[in-house]
Amino acid sequence: MIMTLADLLPLLPLLIVSATAVLVMLQIGIRRSHTVTAAIAVTGLLLATLAAALLMSVTNAQVTPLLIIDQYSLFFTVVCCAAAMFIVILSYPYLARLDDDKDEYYLLLVIATVGAIVMVSSNHFVSTILGLETLSMSLYGMVAYPLHSRHSALYPLEAAVKYLVLSAVSSSFMLFGMALIYAQTGTLAFSSLIDLSSNAAVSLSDSYSIVGLLLLISGMAFKLSLAPFHMWTPDVYEGSPLPATAYLATIGKTAMFVVLLRFVVMTDALSYDAVVIVFSLIAVLSILVGNVLALLQIELKRILAYSSIAHMGYLIIALIASNFAASTISIEAVTFYLLAYMIMSLGAFGVVSVVSSSEKEFDLVSDYQGLFWRDPWLALIFTGMLLSLAGIPLTVGFIGKFYLFFAGVESSLWLLLLVLVVGSGIGLFYYLRIVYRMLLPVPTPPQFPSAAGDRLGSYGVLTILFLLLLLLGVYPAPVMTLIETVSAFI
Amino acid sequence: MILVALIAILFLGGVLAWLSERLDSKLPRVIALAALVLDLVLMLTLLGGDSADGSWIVALNVQWLPRFGISFHLAADGLSVLLLLLTAFLGVIAVGSAWSEITERPGFFYFNLLWTLAGVLGVFTALDLFLFFFFWEVMLIPMYFIIAIWGHENKNYAAMKFFLFTQVTGMLMLVSILTLAYFHYVQFGFFSFDYFDLLNVSTSSTIEMWIMLGFFVAFTTKLPIVPFHSWLPDAHSQAPTAGSVILAGVLLKTGAYGLIRFAVPLFPEASMNFAPIAMALAVLSILYCAKLAFAQTDLKRLIAYTSVSHMGFVLLGVYAWNEIALQGAVMTMLAHGLSAAALFMLAGSLQHRIHTRDMRDMGGFWAKVPRMSAVALFFSIAALGMPGLGNFIGEFLALLGAFSSNLPMTVIATFGLIFASVYSLWVIQKIFHGEYSNSKFDDSHLIDLNRRELAYFGAMILGLVWMGMYPQSFLDLSAAALQELLAGTQELVSTVVQN
Repeated sequence: MIMTLADLLPLLPLLIVSATAVLVMLQIGIRRSHTVTAAIAVTGLLLATLAAALLMSVTNAQVTPLLIIDQYSLFFTVVCCAAAMFIVILSYPYLARLDDDKDEYYLLLVIATVGAIVMVSSNHFVSTILGLETLSMSLYGMVAYPLHSRHSALYPLEAAVKYLVLSAVSSSFMLFGMALIYAQTGTLAFSSLIDLSSNAAVSLSDSYSIVGLLLLISGMAFKLSLAPFHMWTPDVYEGSPLPATAYLATIGKTAMFVVLLRFVVMTDALSYDAVVIVFSLIAVLSILVGNVLALLQIELKRILAYSSIAHMGYLIIALIASNFAASTISIEAVTFYLLAYMIMSLGAFGVVSVVSSSEKEFDLVSDYQGLFWRDPWLALIFTGMLLSLAGIPLTVGFIGKFYLFFAGVESSLWLLLLVLVVGSGIGLFYYLRIVYRMLLPVPTPPQFPSAAGDRLGSYGVLTILFLLLLLLGVYPAPVMTLIETVSAFI
Repeated sequence: MILVALIAILFLGGVLAWLSERLDSKLPRVIALAALVLDLVLMLTLLGGDSADGSWIVALNVQWLPRFGISFHLAADGLSVLLLLLTAFLGVIAVGSAWSEITERPGFFYFNLLWTLAGVLGVFTALDLFLFFFFWEVMLIPMYFIIAIWGHENKNYAAMKFFLFTQVTGMLMLVSILTLAYFHYVQFGFFSFDYFDLLNVSTSSTIEMWIMLGFFVAFTTKLPIVPFHSWLPDAHSQAPTAGSVILAGVLLKTGAYGLIRFAVPLFPEASMNFAPIAMALAVLSILYCAKLAFAQTDLKRLIAYTSVSHMGFVLLGVYAWNEIALQGAVMTMLAHGLSAAALFMLAGSLQHRIHTRDMRDMGGFWAKVPRMSAVALFFSIAALGMPGLGNFIGEFLALLGAFSSNLPMTVIATFGLIFASVYSLWVIQKIFHGEYSNSKFDDSHLIDLNRRELAYFGAMILGLVWMGMYPQSFLDLSAAALQELLAGTQELVSTVVQN
């Protein structure tokens, strides 16, 4: 197969990010400098974001059988690259005082982003696995990064090993599932399991497809930390350095969900009742388990971990809905909610990360007592993010939830909607508890010092996220139109 | 445009008030007062205008989220205008009551106060159901903050309970709204959340009943009606005075407004089938909460239960669904807004002076604070339904209207008036008469009402007397709007009643 320049152009974002990784590696080889490395990473990711955004309106190509570069994948390329750039900016002050080499962290982060881009552009099992493993391998490194630091209060090794082992197990589940589906369809590209064409090797019974699908889904559910495959989430979140947690929780999950969405839609997996039932059970369990267990936590990272389990559960409802309705609303719902989740989750982790450093993370809810009176702007941003996670109007989370409800209503998934209402109700309780803490009088002495000058960039990122949160909560019409357009490509 | 201005003034005023705190801690209250007075003046200009389109005095409709057919559709008819006036008036009063009481972080307080009121104004004018729901939720968070920051001893519990009750039932309403919009899509082929579009949707009676119940639960939680009332005594007793004023005077009315504007007109058939149950709940609320009020020792809890009891008359009037009953419901909303707010302010000013709400510790205050006692007596007899004052007109009309639609319920509900006299007079007797003793509290700050307090109580007394003596001026304003609502549902309702 010959690649022409026209083939390479759609790959521009991917190439830019890959080149950034190489550049960072070379730069580390020549001379270590924390600032320069971070600057290269930010620039590369920014260029990739812009490139993807520019390509979006003109590109729709299957580049090699492995990658589909359409508006949908480019949309998520933009989202993932921008989020990765924000995380780099948040990481910089966090790592500033680490008593170890800091530069390779950015290398890992950029390589992970390459994996994420491959995943969101994947409609083939091979690229799915390649992207997924690129992403995961880099994440193991990011999770374990402060391993040699003498001052680290975290348990990065425990978290990384836990994540590595369970992730490897789930990958093997996925591979086995893919093998079974390959036996059925005779191709590794995502294709319908229902109308098997003549190229199917042997016509096997439906149970092959169903078992294959279920194995694959459980593997993906591991990565998305959906109940009952969620056990690793709180521990890994807790043990990782904050920016790595943020990466794992936002880009890691979004990329996986995009693959899941494409896979489910293109294989018609939901035509099997068994798959629908399994998804429904996963959704119900995730929403209830995530929200109820979040109630019992006193550490922010664990609360956000359980809340992310619940949010993934909400998303599964829209995924199920995609099968029952003719319109693309449910796909738009998934897309919008992923975007919303990215903003609010990144914002929430960002706030915690801004006051923390690799030496000391302020992770307890009680650390934030009286934040409203000490640092009103930060408290306002945090409140916005939490209320958005709870789905309160004026924030993007509300519009996201509105989409989900709409998708559910359109497909008459009444029982799941009821669970969504109950889950959101429970969710309010623990989000508001944090907000309430911030409203209490300031303890003496305050738990953490006010932000220093080197956090200006982080504050900038948080402000951008907060403005996005409000803008998309009040006037989301342009983004809605955009999402309507890109969702047609699924 | 004027409707947008009304809401925007409060939103911006709130932000300004918050920012101005840095300059001077006395500035926020001035800004809040100015914003509310400006709103009140702007609203008064609505009164003179001729209605261009049926009963609608003013309207604005621009696209907002075209993907879902959602528009930014605000409009006001006589009913809305009355409630807008009530909101702005009580807003001014609430700022007055907070004037010297809120000294801690005043900027944020007035920010929350103005944003709650902005949400309420939005609720009273929104004619797109998505927009309505949006405002419905917007008013919650600031109210949560008001209770949670400036509340009393058990504020966290009360604020959380208030929020959970209203938010969860709100989400049921969201499901209902979406279902309704979806049926509109199925029948007409395009998405719309517009009130006038959704009025045309017809569904099977079972589905209609379920959708209606979603609205009903959300609105009666706000109203509130037994069995969804239990958040209210907690929220009221823990909220600061200004919070109670807004809560009792305005927020509860959004539930009643929702029933009149949305729940019944959108689902006339289901509503009329459901009317006997709704009226039974109303009667239960009236009697049960009157009984509970009588058993309280906490003054604010007592007033809170009387609120629930009085709101029962509103529900009774709404589900009787004829003009007299609806007029009664609207009058009750207005009069109760004033009288309950005044009673909460009296309770608040007592608490401010002697730091207790426990009535067992009180007694014989008439000699110490004669002006306050006289004012309390006035509002108590207003609340119990003394002829010549607003509450009497409202409750009388509600009962009169209900009489023609459901005789037994009306007869039982009437007993509520007797219970109201019992607990109202009992409170007066307990606090202001009898033996004075300062053994349980420090009475060094127990001073009579000052000029500022007399001014706003005076304004409210004037309002209630006006409503009682010349109710026609209010009835005229809402008549056209209510007649139109009735006309739209007449056909369906009459068939149900015949069956």
